[in-house]
Amino acid sequence: MRSIIRPCLTIFLLLGLLTGIIYPMAITALGQVIFPFQANGSLISRSGSPTQSQKTAAGSVLIAQNFSGPGYFWPRPSATSPPYDADNSGGSNLGPRNPALVKKVASAIARLQKADPGDKARIPVDLVTSSGSGLDPDISPAAAYYQVPRVARARHVSPASLRRLIRQSIEMPWLGFFGERYIDVLELNIRLNRLCRKLQKPSDHPLRK
Amino acid sequence: MSSGVKKERGGLFSGAILRQASWDAVRKLSPMQQVRNPVMFVVYIGSIITSCVAIHSVATHSGAAAEELWITVWLWFTVIFANFAEAAAEGRGKAQADSLRKSRKDTPARRLSAPKRDAKAEMTSASQLANGDLLLVEANEVIPSDGTVVEGVASVDESAITGESAPVIRESGGDRSSVTGGTRVLSDYLIIQVTAKPGETFLDRMISMVEGARRGKTPNEIALGILLAGFTIICLLAVATLQPFSVLAAQLAHRGTAVDVTSLVALLVCLIPTTIGGLLSAIGIAGMNRMVQANVIATSGRCVEAAGDVDVLLLDKTGTITMGNREAVAFHPAPDIPAKRLGDMAQLSSLTDETPEGRSVVKLAKREFGIRERDMHALDAVFVPFSAQTRMSGVDIGDRKIRKGAADAVGRFVRELGGDVPKQLLECATDISRRGGTPLMVAEGKEALGVIELKDIVKRGIKQRFADLRRMGIRTVMVTGDNPLTAAAIAAEAGVDDFVAEALPESKLKLIREYQSQGRLVAMTGDGSNDAPALAQADVAVAMNTGTQAAKEAANMIDLDSNPTKLIEVVETGKQLLMTRGALTTFSVANDVAKYFAIIPVIFATTYPQLSALNIMHLNPHTAILSAVIFNALIIIFLIPIALRGVQYRAKPAAVLLRDNLLIYGLGGLITPFIGIKIIDVLIGLAVSGIHG
Amino acid sequence: MWYDGWAQLAFLLAVLLLAAKPLGSYMAKVFQMQRPPLLGRIFGKAESAIYAMAGLRPDDQQDWRQYAVACLAFNTIGFAFLFILQMVQQHLPLNPAHQAGVGPALAFNTAASFVTNTNWQNYSGETTMSLLTQMLGMTVQNFLSAATGIAVMAALIRALAAKGTGKLGNFWVDMVRSVLYILLPIAVLLSVVLASQGVVQTLRADVTVHTLSSSAVAGGAAETKTAATQTIAMGPVASQEAIKELGTNGGGFFNANSAHPYENPNGLTDFLEMLAMLLIPAASCFTFGEMISDRRQGHVLLATMTAIFIVCAALCFTFEQQRNPLFPSIVGQHHTALAAGGNMEGKELRFGPANSAIWTCIATGTSTGAVNSMLDSYTPFGGLIPMWLMKTGEVIFGGVGTGLTGMLITAMVAVFLCGLMVGRTPEYLGKKIGAFEIKMVSLAILIPPALTLIGTAVASVTPSAVASVGNPGPHGFSEILYAMTSMSNNNGSAFAGLNGNTDFYNILGGLLMLAGRFWSIIATVALAGSVAKRKASPPNVGTFPTHTPMFGVILAGTIALISGLIFLPALALGPIAEGLMQVVH
Repeated sequence: MRSIIRPCLTIFLLLGLLTGIIYPMAITALGQVIFPFQANGSLISRSGSPTQSQKTAAGSVLIAQNFSGPGYFWPRPSATSPPYDADNSGGSNLGPRNPALVKKVASAIARLQKADPGDKARIPVDLVTSSGSGLDPDISPAAAYYQVPRVARARHVSPASLRRLIRQSIEMPWLGFFGERYIDVLELNIRLNRLCRKLQKPSDHPLRK
Repeated sequence: MSSGVKKERGGLFSGAILRQASWDAVRKLSPMQQVRNPVMFVVYIGSIITSCVAIHSVATHSGAAAEELWITVWLWFTVIFANFAEAAAEGRGKAQADSLRKSRKDTPARRLSAPKRDAKAEMTSASQLANGDLLLVEANEVIPSDGTVVEGVASVDESAITGESAPVIRESGGDRSSVTGGTRVLSDYLIIQVTAKPGETFLDRMISMVEGARRGKTPNEIALGILLAGFTIICLLAVATLQPFSVLAAQLAHRGTAVDVTSLVALLVCLIPTTIGGLLSAIGIAGMNRMVQANVIATSGRCVEAAGDVDVLLLDKTGTITMGNREAVAFHPAPDIPAKRLGDMAQLSSLTDETPEGRSVVKLAKREFGIRERDMHALDAVFVPFSAQTRMSGVDIGDRKIRKGAADAVGRFVRELGGDVPKQLLECATDISRRGGTPLMVAEGKEALGVIELKDIVKRGIKQRFADLRRMGIRTVMVTGDNPLTAAAIAAEAGVDDFVAEALPESKLKLIREYQSQGRLVAMTGDGSNDAPALAQADVAVAMNTGTQAAKEAANMIDLDSNPTKLIEVVETGKQLLMTRGALTTFSVANDVAKYFAIIPVIFATTYPQLSALNIMHLNPHTAILSAVIFNALIIIFLIPIALRGVQYRAKPAAVLLRDNLLIYGLGGLITPFIGIKIIDVLIGLAVSGIHG
Repeated sequence: MWYDGWAQLAFLLAVLLLAAKPLGSYMAKVFQMQRPPLLGRIFGKAESAIYAMAGLRPDDQQDWRQYAVACLAFNTIGFAFLFILQMVQQHLPLNPAHQAGVGPALAFNTAASFVTNTNWQNYSGETTMSLLTQMLGMTVQNFLSAATGIAVMAALIRALAAKGTGKLGNFWVDMVRSVLYILLPIAVLLSVVLASQGVVQTLRADVTVHTLSSSAVAGGAAETKTAATQTIAMGPVASQEAIKELGTNGGGFFNANSAHPYENPNGLTDFLEMLAMLLIPAASCFTFGEMISDRRQGHVLLATMTAIFIVCAALCFTFEQQRNPLFPSIVGQHHTALAAGGNMEGKELRFGPANSAIWTCIATGTSTGAVNSMLDSYTPFGGLIPMWLMKTGEVIFGGVGTGLTGMLITAMVAVFLCGLMVGRTPEYLGKKIGAFEIKMVSLAILIPPALTLIGTAVASVTPSAVASVGNPGPHGFSEILYAMTSMSNNNGSAFAGLNGNTDFYNILGGLLMLAGRFWSIIATVALAGSVAKRKASPPNVGTFPTHTPMFGVILAGTIALISGLIFLPALALGPIAEGLMQVVH
């Protein structure tokens, strides 16, 4: 039995130290030195420039945040409570035949239609279903195009310019096929702000209903 | 009395055996019998449970009573059918054992105080004999126990054991000294030293073996049994947990009820491997019986199974590969010697040589040169017999010394007399050896006359057998005392994979150990006492019944026909036994798929009627479970012939065998029940509408 | 588009096979005690130093009992350490978010979960565990449980290659070498690449940002701030993410696991993480072939795994691209170049249904259990496939070490069932399969399903367990069945609508995970001990060939038959019933 205890404890201790302290600390040091932007959460400022300061950060490129005004492109619904809670990620976990899912989709549709009553276009499914993390930063290009009439009206910009903005914002999946085409909502909205600032007078407040 | 094993070969299902088996099938319903087979014991317990449920339903006039009753009845049939299979297999063995038992009457024995015919004798009975006792057996007496002849020569009728009616000679010393209890001395007398304890004689062992009484489970059978038991346990769990599952499902779906006990038992019985479970012991017994039918007595089931695993067969050249005798085929005279003179002298030297080789020289001389046989006495010839020292034989006529023998021996003889052997003659002798023949040199005095070419006659069809063995992955090795040249030529002609030339008695043992150290299983046959160590070492050792007691003791199988090629049949029987088990296991498990499709849509119908989409056979929901249960029971009956006869075995590479058997028993096992259950369901439907219509 | 899934699948498998072969040969060198090139120079001294400190002679060989005892003792220490660490984390450093100590039931479940390589999580990482616990607890066990699996595999392979010695190698040496020469180097590479792509790696617990819509674009007059700030949880994620996938562990830093953008931000990281899950299990097949000196044997196993995987993945992404018939017709569910379409509930847009389905098949076929989409929201048949993959005993690539071990054990069952049909005592790689082997093989194969069935049955009759169910109808039953399957087979993925953080699931689940893992390990090591004592008989045309496509088919059939026969009735009450409802709809 004694012949077991010594190797058991020694090896647990040494391997634990190596993999639990040295390894993560070394990677942290490397990450902070080589990729500080990525390692610290891909935070950007209101103008879209990289930042690492809490004070200037408007959000993370990788984390969805709430946009509920008609003048912004909306991200996908979030199942966290409250929505877009980046401190407690998760999905709805509703089964495909769960009446609660059908109800939730119906209310998402209703919300979109209420914000833009005239629009009878088909709603891309990603815009009415909640993502797995609740923090999905992206929407499909179709979901962005769908929101053009509402945003255009709220921001008083031409739908064509918005569509151009969207087209420029479409990101291709890795290698062109590994995943789906997507648009980062935060970046799109920052560009939207920039576009509007260029086109509009300050008095035309984008959030005014 | 001459009702040997051989004559007992009836059809698979003689009426008497079937009647007896039917009775036994019911008798085997005792729990003590059932508990030995875990798979069938589960069915047994299940049947008892459904019986109780059905009786309760009948008593309370429940609507499901009829259905439950029918299922119960067929569950009991399942148990009985499995019992029947075992009983039928045992029945055939019993019939054989009964006829043997007639030979084992308690015979009187005459015990001698010394190994002399006129020594003091006391009368006792066979059951009182001890190992080492000396017995006198006179003509027309039955030999009371197994033993070794210490004095006398007698012809013995061994038909009680071998079924062979021609008497055999038994004599003291040499390889024909062993006698078996229960055989009868026909002429003369024998003094025998007993070599078996009472109750452990060859006959006793044989009876218990064919009866299956001492049939221990073989390693494979145990392993398969464990796997089947494991599978049964997990099926038991899968079915037992369905009850709470179905309760929860009904609760979550807000409709339906839990699955009833009878349906669960029916599902369980259909899922557990009842087909192989019911037939497993029958297959084992039948395998032993097939050995008995081949006139081979195995000392255990284990060695029958091991026979299937054999990788190497050690075969004696003489008797197994070649006919026992060599034959003279040509005369090769020395330069300047007329061929006829050589023939003449060869014949003279062989006239008194009664060995088959000698006879064939005389025959050849007559055929080639028309030389007739001469009367030795008229010639005043003196026969010089073969001896180990001279390695020659011949005749002396006056001062003419005529000799024939091995080339080197005769050469030495010639040179000693001042003569010489021509170089051409030596070359000729070497050449004959190379071709697989045996050269015999003939000399008259100091004059070497020429060489007689003797040839081994390879048995007809043996090459094909070896080719078959090779296809089965079995390596054949010929063992011979011949020189390497001769051995190589015969090996090539017979088509063996390897040979050992100039073998000494101990080289077999060495060879076996060598193969075994490479992880191979070795089988061999043997008869002489000097084979005993090798027989004991070999994994499968077949002794000839004519062989010595020592050989028989060392072997794990005894061939009553004393046919050395029997080894090949033994291997095939072993393989067939394993294949039958594997095939029926695969069939049994593959059957489950169809049974699921029959039962699952029905048992959950109250909660999830959508599952009826799985009812791809379109069975009547009221009779689907019953149909599956009936199929499950009947398939046992249908497979009994395969279990008893064994699946067909052909010498093919493993990959081909596997493909064929997978198609037949795997794919067949998958498809057959779909058809069978549907047919049964339709028939039940017709029967029910017949009753009501 | 229809070919999306196929293209991703083909690309992934092609890269996998290219990478697995050299890694497999390298691993064979590691376990044949040769000095690994390059890394041998870097870690050689450290390795010797570890042995010296532990008082070990690395050449000492262990028999199966010594090996098993060492393995169990080591894991007991790991379990106890993690259990205590969680409960006292509030008193320890590196707890910037001030997480409280974990309750004993949850701590038990989590310790069992990480020690057994299950990584089932009844907690939400970002709200429960301190950074120290994540590093010294989770990350360490991610390495050690994976190394344990690899060690047991190495022992079994050595046994199959052994010539009657009965010796299995040395557990301690196998552990040290697995970590030093295999897991750690790859994890370092992977975590750096992941960090470069946006996987966070920081000692900050969170940042709070003022969101874009929180204030006026111009002017500065305060508007109504519904969501003025957003607190974003962070931590040393990349280092844990790498070993989490590489060691087929699967326990996420965040609750959303690899669906969380900080764990898996884009297509490249997604690809690398998938590759990492498959890498060692696939390479192990080559390792096996090399160590027994018959590469074809390893190729057959790998081909069988790959074939079954392709079928499952293709089925799964086909189902996940289906529309949900219950949604109103105004919802566009078609998959186009500009819209992911299909069943998007619980899925991330950057991955889409096809990619998510492939990931899911990898994570459940290997024992990882990481998710990049929420399985509870899968279509009925789409969710059936990951559940079935776990029920195969996780041999479709399988866990690190355990996958190949499980496949070898399944191969022995296949050989036993079919080997008899060629008329010989069944043998695998020349080793006869006798009663003891079959006993151990049966134990190893049947324990996880037995645990699954028993666990599900107990939960079915326990009202508090049923109350945890998050979805009505057959889907609710699926949640329980899935949970029990996942824990018994040490997978860790979940139909997460089930609330697992109750005493019932914490304790029962912990027991299932421990039993599923360690009974299988004991049976495997005992099997190895017996096999190692047997002499191998050389193959000939009469022996059952186990290197042919035919054997691959038999193996696949055995896997399907065993898992299908045991679980079809239970599955009928869950996903099958639900799926048929969906079809009828």
